[in-house]
Amino acid sequence: MNATNKNQLVIALAAVAVALVLPFAVADYRIFQLTMVMIYAIALLGLNILTGYNGQISLGHGAFYAIGAYTAAIMMDKANAPYWSTLPVAGLICLVVGFLFGLPALRLAGHHLALATLALAVALPQLLKYKHLEQWTGGVQGINLLKPDAPFGWKLTQDQWLYLFTLAVVVIMFVLARNLIRSRVGRALIAIRDHPVAAEAMGVNNAMYKSITFGVSALYTGVAGALSAIAVQFVAPDSFPLTISFFFLVGIVVGGVASIWGPLFGGFFIQFAPNLADYLSKDLTGAIYGVFLLLFAYVMPTGVVGFLRKLTSKSN
Amino acid sequence: MDALLHQIFAGLASGGIYASLALSLVMIHNATNHINFAQGEMAMFSTYIAWSLLNIGVPYWVAFVLTIIISFFAAAAIERVLIRPVEKAPVLTVVSVFIGLLLILNSVAGWIYTYTIKTFASPFPSEPPFGNKFVSSHELGAIAIALFVLVAMYLFFRVTPLGLAMRAAAENPASSRLVGIRVGWMLALGWGFAGAIGAIAGMMIAPLVYLDPNMMAGIMLYAFAGALLGGIDNPWGAVIGGFMMGVLENVVGAVIGTELKLTVALVLIIIVLLVRPNGLWGRKVVSRV
Repeated sequence: MNATNKNQLVIALAAVAVALVLPFAVADYRIFQLTMVMIYAIALLGLNILTGYNGQISLGHGAFYAIGAYTAAIMMDKANAPYWSTLPVAGLICLVVGFLFGLPALRLAGHHLALATLALAVALPQLLKYKHLEQWTGGVQGINLLKPDAPFGWKLTQDQWLYLFTLAVVVIMFVLARNLIRSRVGRALIAIRDHPVAAEAMGVNNAMYKSITFGVSALYTGVAGALSAIAVQFVAPDSFPLTISFFFLVGIVVGGVASIWGPLFGGFFIQFAPNLADYLSKDLTGAIYGVFLLLFAYVMPTGVVGFLRKLTSKSN
Repeated sequence: MDALLHQIFAGLASGGIYASLALSLVMIHNATNHINFAQGEMAMFSTYIAWSLLNIGVPYWVAFVLTIIISFFAAAAIERVLIRPVEKAPVLTVVSVFIGLLLILNSVAGWIYTYTIKTFASPFPSEPPFGNKFVSSHELGAIAIALFVLVAMYLFFRVTPLGLAMRAAAENPASSRLVGIRVGWMLALGWGFAGAIGAIAGMMIAPLVYLDPNMMAGIMLYAFAGALLGGIDNPWGAVIGGFMMGVLENVVGAVIGTELKLTVALVLIIIVLLVRPNGLWGRKVVSRV
């Protein structure tokens, strides 16, 4: 283990330790907000694997978020499935949908892929309202859910328990993503992003890798969606407007494209940026996201993580 | 039969609007290889400007022309200020700038004008022309204006020196610069035209779908689908694709219900990308012929 790896491990352990103490130190609504931060971080991590590491741009990850959320809601509402069992199912469904969507999208690069995914995100809310699916999706009304209680008679509030549960999922997902990126597969993804022709010549099966990346990315976002349904206790077609997909893009650009830590900063940004808008007007929330997106795109394309890296490398 | 004819005319009317928007997408795409995701929101904002002008009592056609002029300069200014610095940047940065612009325009429109749905006046009489029962005056007027815009753009690019210069700048920037064409300004001009066409499209669609900050999401999806169907690098293809989308949308809407209209566009986009990624009349096909 080299020095940077050791440093990172220390930082990660410290972060987890702080995260473990937090739910016992702050009010319930803060705990809920922090839970949402972590959920967004998982979704952003998924998008970052696709966009940051593999160079495929998606403007439609809100759709996978919605599919994950609806999977969880339908399982809990119609089949009385336990909440934790919805996560792997939501992830699996999104993996398959993402992989299948990735196949035609493969032919596309850059703007065209963004366009195809955008179409998915525009069309999905309407599909969720469709009357023949209503018996499953609850139509415009959506589905109401109950928050899970802490197991084993632990003396935790529902918010505290859900926070800790989400934290466990976050740690697992982040460790898996980190290992994936550092493996042979991860290097192939980055090679495809940086030089597709050279990657192909080196024996990387570009088409297969790109589709699978799309699937894995959708899996992450789907798991996040399922968690969000459990945390918010409600899903409806209008909970997943097009803007969610855009906010995810803002999240990875602000946090830091192609970094494992970036999604955490992005999650904080998505959750707390609307607070900035409160000083001006609620209607300007979108504009706040937009201004930050422009600001980062022009001034700091590497995001918060890039900025921190620059700071630490200067101090060394 | 009557019902079908009615749907086809309604389809041609919205198709003309999709065709105009698709054309403005192609103009920017051919010049810079970018897809302007903010095109719809720019058109929406222009329509609100027209609404404000009408609201303070400006006569319709004066407001119409004023809006086009304002939109032209605003779009050209956006190109100069926002797009210029990222011209050579990675795709993600460019897409980020477009999405940032989209979010800002959408949210500022909601802030200024609220999210309440507004009616928007049509310049055409409310009775159908010649006492027919297939097509309303507004639909016919929208088709006429769309065709007029398309022919005007064709003539502009075909017969005027400026149009030739713009085509040259898009085709081969380096050589154009050598013969003294100011490529940067040609791009700004292209954006200006795209903004102006978007304004016309917005003012023509608003009486049909009403005015609100999110009105353009679905419409842009059809314009994108039309452009992809016809071939995003072929102006004629995009225009025909736009008209086809309009008719398809209305006929399919009448057959299977309007609730799945957007899904139809999505499925069509996926089919086009699967079967014919360059569109029906895209560049690859043309070069083989």
